[in-house]
Amino acid sequence: MKLLKIIPDNTNVDFVRLRGLAFGLTLALSILACVLVGYRGLNYGVDFVGGLMIEQRFASPPSQDRVRSVVDAQGAGEGQLQQFGDARTLTIRLPAQDGADEGATNAVVRKVTGALSRQFPGSTFSRYSTVTGKVSGELIRNGLLAVALAVLGIALFAIFRFEWQFGVSTVVAIIHDLLMTLGFFALTRFEVDINIIAAFLTIIGYSINDKIVIDDRIRENMRRYRKMDMREIINLSVNETLPRTVMTSLTILLALAALLLLGGHVLRGFTAAMILGIVVGTYSSIYVSSSLLITLGLRADPDRERIGKRDAMEGAERVGPRA
Amino acid sequence: MLDFPRWKVAWIWGVLLVLSALAIPSLLPERVTDRWPVHPSRINLGLDLAGGSYLLLEADTNDLTNSRLESMREMVATEMRRATPRIGIGDISTRGGQLSFLLRDPSQVDAAREKLLAITGGGAGLTGQREWDIQVVDTSRFILRPTAAGLTQAIDTAMGDATEVVRRRIDELGTREPTIVRQGSNRIVVQVPGLQNPQALKDLLGKTARLEFKLVDERADQAEAAKGRAPIGSVILPYPTNRTGVPFAVLKRPTVIAGDQVADARQGFEQQTNAPNVQITFNAAGGNRFARVTQANVGKPFAIIVDNQVISVANINEPILGGSAVINGGFTVESANQLAIALRSGKLPVALKVIEESTVGPDLGRDSIHKGILACAVAVALVIAFMFVTYGRFGAYANLAVVINVAVILGVLAIMKGTLTLPGIAGFVLTIGTAVDANVLINERIREERRRGRSVVQAVELGYKEASRTIFEANVTHGISGVIMFVLGSGPVKGFAVVLLIGIVTSVFTAVTFTRMLVVQWVRRTKPKTMNI
Repeated sequence: MKLLKIIPDNTNVDFVRLRGLAFGLTLALSILACVLVGYRGLNYGVDFVGGLMIEQRFASPPSQDRVRSVVDAQGAGEGQLQQFGDARTLTIRLPAQDGADEGATNAVVRKVTGALSRQFPGSTFSRYSTVTGKVSGELIRNGLLAVALAVLGIALFAIFRFEWQFGVSTVVAIIHDLLMTLGFFALTRFEVDINIIAAFLTIIGYSINDKIVIDDRIRENMRRYRKMDMREIINLSVNETLPRTVMTSLTILLALAALLLLGGHVLRGFTAAMILGIVVGTYSSIYVSSSLLITLGLRADPDRERIGKRDAMEGAERVGPRA
Repeated sequence: MLDFPRWKVAWIWGVLLVLSALAIPSLLPERVTDRWPVHPSRINLGLDLAGGSYLLLEADTNDLTNSRLESMREMVATEMRRATPRIGIGDISTRGGQLSFLLRDPSQVDAAREKLLAITGGGAGLTGQREWDIQVVDTSRFILRPTAAGLTQAIDTAMGDATEVVRRRIDELGTREPTIVRQGSNRIVVQVPGLQNPQALKDLLGKTARLEFKLVDERADQAEAAKGRAPIGSVILPYPTNRTGVPFAVLKRPTVIAGDQVADARQGFEQQTNAPNVQITFNAAGGNRFARVTQANVGKPFAIIVDNQVISVANINEPILGGSAVINGGFTVESANQLAIALRSGKLPVALKVIEESTVGPDLGRDSIHKGILACAVAVALVIAFMFVTYGRFGAYANLAVVINVAVILGVLAIMKGTLTLPGIAGFVLTIGTAVDANVLINERIREERRRGRSVVQAVELGYKEASRTIFEANVTHGISGVIMFVLGSGPVKGFAVVLLIGIVTSVFTAVTFTRMLVVQWVRRTKPKTMNI
């Protein structure tokens, strides 16, 4: 049987030479993402801004204008409508009710769903949630804390296991990945809710995973070819790991594509974020983080191989199962 | 390398099969497993899949501080009156978060202080810290201030009790398997699967159900009371259902009987009018006290108060000795039933407010499960095909590992009685992807070693050895983000993190140890000179 090889044997792309171009592109895209987020802003879900969200399922695709007029007539502030998945499902978002009195919020939910099922026979509510400003503040804080801690924790791990340059280049690449994802959310107006934090953390975990595989190979090759120029070592390492990088990314993308197309609308934003994060993460692993090592001045100087590092390495080799 | 003892093979298969078998009950409908002699633990479905309501309740700690001050005020008043010789006090107030009162006779300062120390627990409570600060100003004014430690302790106790009361009330609603957990210092998370209309639940939890009986102050000047001025020793409380149209009642301050002396409460009907009412039965002490009070006050009116609101005022026509009473207050069957539930489940020691809520309808939940399972199945199929096309035999081994891994994760989730949420299903899909990554790493390494001209056995050995280090490092970083999600994440995010974390551990076992065993067995069996990878 002839097996599939996505990356031909002995592929040798001079990624390091491309780094000027890659850095420029990365910088431009990052700035674009920042501008998008700053200018268009993010479409925060009720988790993060407080307020109430009602998802209604209609018997047939409704006219959005009519739904809007029914909702606005309830006197609970201006409703924002968003269509999700199929044409029969609409989410209606309303601002937090004055006084944050739960009674008022309940009354609004009842009024809106009641009016909708009267005006649109056969429609039922799928879900609703109400979040007070107090809780949403905490969710934002916890979310940001989680992302920051994840980046920090993994960077520390990278510094502890490798040289400091690896830690720095990884963090830079991760921030790039996150910026791209945020820019994507600003562009598409997908809702940023609590699940997106989970997507971010997964992107971070995955992207670092990708970089560690390459870093690990760079370290191995630094030891194997002590006389080799650092540029060559990095090129060799990235090319050697390229089949794995591409193969893994494709596999995960396949799995995520199934989730995006078939998994239902509730997870759509989450899956879209993950897919983008994996594409961007793969790009930054190949073009950004490893090339950055040269800019940061990593040298294959044998004198800098500390005894401690080698011990750590040998310890690690025993971690895998052994026959 | 080729040394793979038989006991080890048996052990690996054993662990995998047992863990996979644990997943079986969760895949069968509940009515099937209910008939088994032993009830196996199974995976719970999160609210986003099962449908139901999630409520985050927060205690109003100000309310607790106030009620603590009020009860201290009553205790001080009673104890000072009972002291021998009696200690006269006046000008009691509970404003500004402190209790202050004036001694009529400044020479009793020492006696009063001694009494106060006794009331407040001798200055040291259970925690060994003072719960109240006692201060004397201007020789005769006492000021009692709750200490921070005392307050924390009180909140903690109150929250423990409140959680219990919430549990009892929800159980009364007859919903199945609610989850009620304390969160942080002053919050309670309530999850009720299958509940469609959380309104009744919220109404029920919104009642503190503090029941009190007080005598009516008949000599009070109604005109003065309307202006909000109560005679000394009396209070004005709202009475919205008063048939005379006066929306308040003037009552004597002491509480004759309190709700904690109620043994049972049921909804019933008035014999003559057939109007719904609430019938309460006192416990022994409450019954005695009620008998004594009604005996001493025949012909006088008394008020029944729930949550500082007068429900009804009735005349004591004769001493009530049976230890039971009836509350009439213009109830509907529903509201009477709710009050009965609230009373028999005890009063909430602190008022609770809903600060976050979400409800998922059953249709959406069912829809999400179906779509999630379909997506998972398709994802697995795609990955399997891709791996097989790329790595042939080695891809097939990896695929077997992936399938077993899914079963093992389900099994572990079942032993932990874990909850599967919609993001959890996404976690599954992602775990499938990352578990395969381990095999990709190994197989690519084997390919490389073969290209370098190593023999089959050497290539396999080196491939596993070199890749294991990378796999370990990759999984640690993944684990770090998983742990952070688990600790800081709420609800659905936690569900995602649990699956991810279990997947990280099990996938190392299936993707590395298990496939290595399969590869070794193949190498030993066929002694291949060359390999197609």
